[in-house]
Amino acid sequence: MAKNMNGSGPGLGPFDWADAFRIEDQLDQDERMLRDAAHGFAQDRLQPRVMKAYSEESADPGVFREMGEAGLLGVTIPEEYGGLGASYVTYGLIAREIERVDSGYRSMMSVQSSLVMYPIYAYGSEEQRKKYLPKLVSGEYIGCFGLTEPDAGSDPAGMKTTARKTAEGYVLNGSKMWISNSPFADVFVVWAKSEAHGGKIRGFVLEKGMPGLSAPKISGKLSLRASTTGEIVMKDVAVGEDALLPGVEGLKGPFGCLNRARYGIAWGVLGAAEFCFHAARQYGLDRKQFNKPLAQTQLFQKKLADMQTDISIGLQAALRVGRLLDESCAAPETISLIKRNNCGKALEIARHARDMHGGNGISEEFHVIRHMLNLETVNTYEGTHDVHALILGRAITGLQAFY
Amino acid sequence: MKVLVPVKRVIDYNVKVRVKADGSGVDLANVKMSMNPFDEIAVEEAIRLKEAGKADEVVAVSIGVKQAQETLRTALAMGADRAILVIAADDVHQDIEPLAVAKILAKVVEEEQPGIVLAGKQAIDNDMNATGQMLSALLGWSQGTFASELDIEGDAAKITREVDGGLQTISVKMPTIVTVDLRLNEPRYASLPNIMKAKKKPLDEKTAADYGVDVTPRLEVVKTEEPPARAAGIIVGSVDELVEKLKEAGAV
Amino acid sequence: MAVLLLAEVNNGELSVDATAKTVAAVKSLGDITVLAAGGSAVAAGEAAARIDGVSKVLVAEDASLGHRLAESTAALIVGLADGYEHIVAPATTDAKNVMPRVAALLDVMVISDASGVVDGSTFERPIYAGNAVQTVKSSDAKKVVTIRTSTFDAAGEGGSAPVEAISVGDNPGLSEWVEDKVAESDRPELTSAGVVVSGGRGVGSEEDFKLIEGLADKLGAAVGASRAAVDSGYAPNDWQVGQTGKVVAPDLYVAIGISGAIQHLAGMKDSKVIVAINKDEEAPIFQVADFGLVADLFQAVPELTKKL
Repeated sequence: MAKNMNGSGPGLGPFDWADAFRIEDQLDQDERMLRDAAHGFAQDRLQPRVMKAYSEESADPGVFREMGEAGLLGVTIPEEYGGLGASYVTYGLIAREIERVDSGYRSMMSVQSSLVMYPIYAYGSEEQRKKYLPKLVSGEYIGCFGLTEPDAGSDPAGMKTTARKTAEGYVLNGSKMWISNSPFADVFVVWAKSEAHGGKIRGFVLEKGMPGLSAPKISGKLSLRASTTGEIVMKDVAVGEDALLPGVEGLKGPFGCLNRARYGIAWGVLGAAEFCFHAARQYGLDRKQFNKPLAQTQLFQKKLADMQTDISIGLQAALRVGRLLDESCAAPETISLIKRNNCGKALEIARHARDMHGGNGISEEFHVIRHMLNLETVNTYEGTHDVHALILGRAITGLQAFY
Repeated sequence: MKVLVPVKRVIDYNVKVRVKADGSGVDLANVKMSMNPFDEIAVEEAIRLKEAGKADEVVAVSIGVKQAQETLRTALAMGADRAILVIAADDVHQDIEPLAVAKILAKVVEEEQPGIVLAGKQAIDNDMNATGQMLSALLGWSQGTFASELDIEGDAAKITREVDGGLQTISVKMPTIVTVDLRLNEPRYASLPNIMKAKKKPLDEKTAADYGVDVTPRLEVVKTEEPPARAAGIIVGSVDELVEKLKEAGAV
Repeated sequence: MAVLLLAEVNNGELSVDATAKTVAAVKSLGDITVLAAGGSAVAAGEAAARIDGVSKVLVAEDASLGHRLAESTAALIVGLADGYEHIVAPATTDAKNVMPRVAALLDVMVISDASGVVDGSTFERPIYAGNAVQTVKSSDAKKVVTIRTSTFDAAGEGGSAPVEAISVGDNPGLSEWVEDKVAESDRPELTSAGVVVSGGRGVGSEEDFKLIEGLADKLGAAVGASRAAVDSGYAPNDWQVGQTGKVVAPDLYVAIGISGAIQHLAGMKDSKVIVAINKDEEAPIFQVADFGLVADLFQAVPELTKKL
């Protein structure tokens, strides 16, 4: 470590308010360059359209093509299937840059990458990989993931969707709720209880246009409005044997996907939080009341210090978990810990930033209220704050308290 | 035809510059660095020449610290075919002067024999606006500075230049040096897959000594200071008040 | 010691303001010989002879020097360089094209855009788009310098320096002029105008730029534009004020619908009085404005034009 005497005292270094733990130094060149490219894409291609998309509650499916061209989809998928073959740390860094713009765009990307491509890659046959992955990477295909049901949220084992064996394959019946991307999806990864497999949960890959398959849009969301959410309704949808994901059985199938997605969320929300922190700081420096900047008041500084602390610790934790994932030894509970912490803290930061912007904070032009509203969803989906507490509680005590 | 594109690693366009309190310069430690924006335009133009079938190879070259390797990788990710890094300084705070850069580039040109050198018109750090012209002088080539349009036909290039009076079009003999201005093109983004692929493209490492060029600065930096601040003004409430204030100040 | 000063000549006419400001900037460095070069340069040379502080004028008139092609002009200057310690020019696009070439041929560094002359070898110059000012001391035997004229007052008139015609070498024939696209205008030249009215992205269209031009004509001002306005096609490139455009310092600068990016401020912040009209009260332009008006420009500008 180089000695730095720039006013920090012997054996100490300078402080960067925006990077307290010097995350930058802990990244390699690939990670930094890929992060910067994602930042450029997000700021130039996504930022200019987010206000319109949000206010009109209209996601543009073309965003997938653009993300695909930029190489943002399938970051961890090997190059032979068209993916980037990059690390989980890179995946996290990209999620952070996209969510710096909007949680909805990050959700679109996470679903495509972690919830659709990952199960096809990890549990799919070679034919399924070759058929779907390259087109999901390019954004030509849009994917969605059907686990949650109207009556099965935090308790996915209570799902009612079934797959009945037939001579040619399976017939699926049931409905899925709160499914990102479903109204314009081409590829549906759907989880169902399969009679032929002793009622165990199995994954199936469905395609748009199959008779009996529909995906109506859910309107009226006041959060995550820049991404599209819908249902998946399956009425006697007949699929061949080749639609079954052969490599996994039981809840560990969807959970394997969710763990990767939750990890990405833990990074992503900090992008939104950083946006809110930086915006509040700048607003506090620029806005003068009682003849001095708001940022020169103790209440304001206390809030900024809390934001900085939570973001810095959250980033360092996310980076650590990313390294563990890259070494294939991250525990699901560790991922629960950072998903829960980072989402909760990001939501709190966004609420404070909204408040620190005064009246301007409610205007779309300042973006903080949009982040705040989005983070309500992100704190809830893929395991609520409380459900992750129960996962950790079970790990700490050895006693499950879900039911 | 081969195109040579010199690129410089500079403080990122969006970073606010901080002048060091002791007057020794601008603080570049732990500051985000990127490719000089004018050089990005030059790289883009070179790639377009290749895509249009007018060039067959694009070689990017950077002269400076070892970290400029990252800048070259950006050029490779955008579409350059190979890169040359000439290490001429150890400290990120040491700027190599345009004259020394031009001398090294002249040697690189001798080795590589490009048909055209496309360079940014100036670097956004030292704002010298000199390297292209100096290289042209050392080689005895023609020059087309501040280009907003470039059209190569055979052994001549037609260049539209942004000049004080408007636009000037000149025709220069090839080989030539063109320095590019803002409106020549809109540079593309390096996609993430291309950043990964760029790792596999060749990058040669050299030193200034390999070319026998002395990079000792001719200009000693005596001090670097913040520019003088302007006194704060006032906000007026109406056009009438503005007119009144302007009259009081004798400005109209 | 002696100074060779390359006069700014456009189509045979001397740009008096740029040349006279450069004369004022370097008069402490020694006897000033002005070089007027061009396809036609005799009249420009005679005009230069009238600038106070000019000791001598050299006129180089030849077709090869027309349109200030860098290769021939640089060769001419290098041929004259022997008797001079300083070779200077105003920092116009023409001189920026030529002077680095001159410096390299003489194996010296160029000192671009000097905003201050400390002594014969020490100069101040803005770097990082004007975010810092660097003082540099040259160890070269000859100093090749371009002068940022906006920071200097013009030398007066009344001199009568001798004018001498000089011969011009062979045309190196590396480049030739094709055409100029110069905006025809009765308005004053941007860099020397006493008043400049500039429009930015907020103006919204080429059509609405007429509002800016209307106010400018009322004030007898030159019209400027921000980079954003030029990039959007609202205004031609030669109107661009800023780090990569023209640097101006008029008595009055009116910025309309300009947010005030640092690159723009670098080109106008030395103006004596700055007025900003913008509907965004947070726009950074207000931090440098003497008088700021938070208003919709489509209402305020016509009203201002009427009331002035």
